[in-house]
Amino acid sequence: MYDVIIIGAGIIGSSVAYYLSQYDIKVAILEASNDVSNGTSKANSGIIHAGYDPKENSLMAKFNVEGAKITKEICRKLDVPYNQCGALVVGYNDEDINTINTLYKRGLNNGVENIEIIDREKLIELEPQINPQAKCALYCKDSAIVSPWELTYALAETAVKNGVKLFLENEVTCIEKCEETFVVTTKKDKYQARYIVNAAGIYADKVNEMIGKKQFTIIPVKGDYYLLDKSESSKVHHTIFQCPDKDGKGVLVSITVDGNVIVGPDAKVVEKIDTSTTSSSLDFVKRKAYKTISTLDFSENIRNFAGIRAKSDRDDFIIEESKDVKNFFNIAGIASPGLSSALAIGKYYLDWLMEKETFQKKEHYIDTRKKIRVRELSVQQKDELIKKNPLYGRIICRCETVTEGEIVDSMTSIIPAVSLDGVKRRTNAQMGRCQGGFCSEKIALLLMKYHNLSYKDILQDDVGSNILLSRAKEK
Amino acid sequence: MYDLIVIGAGPAGLAAALKANQLGLKKILIVERDNQLGGILNQCIHNGFGLHYFHQELTGPEFAYRLIEKLKDTDIETLTDTMVLDFDNNHNVTIINSSGCKILQTKAIILAMGCRERARGAIATAGTRNSGVFTAGTAQRYMNIDGYSVGKNVVILGSGDIGLIMARRMSLEGSKVLACVEINPYSAGLKRNIKQCLEDFNIPLYLSHTVTNIKGENGRVSEVTIAQVDEKYNPIESTSKTIKCDTLLLSIGLIPENELSKKAGIIIDKKTKGAIVYENMETSISGIFACGNVCHVHDLADNVVYEAELAAKSAVNYINNLYLSNDSIEVEYDNNLSYVLPQHIHKQITEKFVTLSFRVKKNFKNCKIEVKDEDGKVLTESKRDYLIPSEMAKIVLLTSLLNDVKGKIHVSIVEEIA
Amino acid sequence: MKQLVCIGCPKGCNLTVDEENDYAVSGNSCEVGARYGKEELTNPTRVITTTVRLKNSSYLHQLPVKSSKPISKSLMFQIMEYLKDVEVSVPIDMSEIIVENILDTSVDIVACREVKN
Repeated sequence: MYDVIIIGAGIIGSSVAYYLSQYDIKVAILEASNDVSNGTSKANSGIIHAGYDPKENSLMAKFNVEGAKITKEICRKLDVPYNQCGALVVGYNDEDINTINTLYKRGLNNGVENIEIIDREKLIELEPQINPQAKCALYCKDSAIVSPWELTYALAETAVKNGVKLFLENEVTCIEKCEETFVVTTKKDKYQARYIVNAAGIYADKVNEMIGKKQFTIIPVKGDYYLLDKSESSKVHHTIFQCPDKDGKGVLVSITVDGNVIVGPDAKVVEKIDTSTTSSSLDFVKRKAYKTISTLDFSENIRNFAGIRAKSDRDDFIIEESKDVKNFFNIAGIASPGLSSALAIGKYYLDWLMEKETFQKKEHYIDTRKKIRVRELSVQQKDELIKKNPLYGRIICRCETVTEGEIVDSMTSIIPAVSLDGVKRRTNAQMGRCQGGFCSEKIALLLMKYHNLSYKDILQDDVGSNILLSRAKEK
Repeated sequence: MYDLIVIGAGPAGLAAALKANQLGLKKILIVERDNQLGGILNQCIHNGFGLHYFHQELTGPEFAYRLIEKLKDTDIETLTDTMVLDFDNNHNVTIINSSGCKILQTKAIILAMGCRERARGAIATAGTRNSGVFTAGTAQRYMNIDGYSVGKNVVILGSGDIGLIMARRMSLEGSKVLACVEINPYSAGLKRNIKQCLEDFNIPLYLSHTVTNIKGENGRVSEVTIAQVDEKYNPIESTSKTIKCDTLLLSIGLIPENELSKKAGIIIDKKTKGAIVYENMETSISGIFACGNVCHVHDLADNVVYEAELAAKSAVNYINNLYLSNDSIEVEYDNNLSYVLPQHIHKQITEKFVTLSFRVKKNFKNCKIEVKDEDGKVLTESKRDYLIPSEMAKIVLLTSLLNDVKGKIHVSIVEEIA
Repeated sequence: MKQLVCIGCPKGCNLTVDEENDYAVSGNSCEVGARYGKEELTNPTRVITTTVRLKNSSYLHQLPVKSSKPISKSLMFQIMEYLKDVEVSVPIDMSEIIVENILDTSVDIVACREVKN
């Protein structure tokens, strides 16, 4: 019997778990996939918005501004790549200038600090490769970028270290309530708790309706991206937005914490959950991006992906107890700025729970996390580390300089990587320009070795994504 | 202090080190990131190597073996399982392996890091992110080194030689190769490989076609859509058809691996994606030479070896203080050529001949290659029955012809009527 | 008259073979082409290159092998089938005979790599 069951181990579920794990609360996370951060949390722009975009007095405005501030501190504490690179919203015409003025005022009203409107000259100084037709920009120094999956891992790992139970491959199929106790059935087992947090992302409406009346509908909005090689990073120094126009919100061009350039997304409402990219969306994104930086070289593209934002039929986040099921708490419709707001939302749930119940703060709470990243060390530091553990001297991923030691760390960590992509998100191996052309095979062999797996069990990502279909010479 | 550090122990690196040793160089080190010497040859178990250099048809591992055997009779040092993290214009080379990380110093460096395969991102093929999309070389390694097959029903995108070789390899191992799809109106691979890898196994080759979408089911590729393309390489929607398969192999080209070179400040040619070199294979940083696929992508390992030997000879000259002044002739070319190597020729050149290597952009029949000076005077010309993009061609130039050339020479193709 | 691409070397000469005239070959640049042109229309042969399972090696699971001579093309799949059951252990010498006189063809399957450990 748990105090709280969290459904979904994305950024929201992990944030809630992280805050709850500071107290003597028995918490379980149920996740459908075989890894944490495997839905929207792994496929987004990775931006920590400062909070000038959401409308005044909305939940989005409140949680975004609050969340952005906490994120910086937590990234430092939990060793999550974070870069306060600043954001620009670039204007090209009078309509854009109006938009920028509105955003500026909204930013001030929402309590965003360090924003200003800059002229063309200052803009070119900040972004020399910006489209020369740009006239001015909203400049927000506090906007930042993070590794969204690494933030999710950091929160989930810290929660698990402090006693939260994580159950992967446990897709929830049924929720019942017996008096004050919820019984949650998954594809694998049954779990009981007094409180439920629905953080099921794009499936949040379905999970809500497993026990309660329909209160909202999730509208999946797909967006396609390009990820360009680091060779393009000299052209981009901030997160650069466009003003909305007749085609929609406009695409962003941004550096990433790894030093790549990310370009996207478009916004297409989709019927079913499908993360396929389409050539029409990719073409659209490319065309739009040229409006920001006309010199971008898309032959330096290393990967395309699509992410699905879990918008809802309400115009705001849904962060509330169910209207008809007591102690069932929905955190739904967390589209952009969801990543920026996640930590504030987690904290908010803790506060909500603490108003109802009394829990003790844990005495021996572990609130630190340190990862070895060999590529960040000096020659001497590398040498010292290798003397202690020779595996840190064996480079597996040549593009991103990731060693066998780091890959073994990822496979033996508290939430171990069980797939090639699991290793990728935890270590950066296979994330570079050859996209695993050379190292995915080596990592597959390491997965077999350290997890004692047959070749048949090697997965690209989630269950079903097998890599090797037979042995050569198989009868 | 080393005389020479060679980065990479594929055919280029091995041949360069051997030649430098043969020319009397003493302290030579080869650094190789794999656990074995031989580079990509080890997974190229097919034959067709060595006809020129060893006058015998060999498989990749046999070709490598011949070079590795020669190494045993020398005092060339080798470090396997060792990665070069960095080198600079002062010839400091940072290496890392399981015994540590350190900086080595050397008088000269030969770059022989080879190339990598272009991956899906390079052509931005739309569709799912499911498993089942591999570069041909990755599938080749799984198959030939580890003994695993990546798929049962396979479509190959691109007709590069590795893709063709893998079509035959997977067919022999019991997979069904359903199609080879090539966006150009001509094959990117050698003609013999079209015959013995596709036609022998009744695998259809779709020229002027591409894969427009990849669909998946339950985590794995389940079908691809292919379509014909127009002259501008845009897919023609009405020609779309789907092929059910579990695997898509990509054989869409190779890119010289020059991230270390760029970091060191070596100037890279946008066309070859390799270092800009002089006729002696010296890069824009003196004392650093490049050869093989890191310089430009070759079709034949034999040619890689010849180029490596030239680089070695030049490195030895450099170490022996036979500097060449940077005063040079620029090599230009017309729009029918995709590149010409070298990009510069030293004016002080001592060799009797200069060999220009080049590739054409489209098929030519009964044509002529002309090398002219800046006034349009023909210095040399050579007739060819055919020139095709998939085959690197060469033209040899007598050095004495360059005596009066001031700044530039120009290479062009003249189409002739038979 | 039959048109063929010679597979004797990477050059890939376009051959014309005259079946009526004892398979006389034209378009070849060397002896290999003349031989190949005739053989390809009478008894096509190929050198088979593949791998066999390798035990006990510290770095290799498959030993590359080839047929010591070209072998009838029609036997390719039978030979592949036969080699499925072949397993060898280190040490392996270069050119060591792995299968002698495979399927009574008087052709051997030989190792293409030396594997000491």
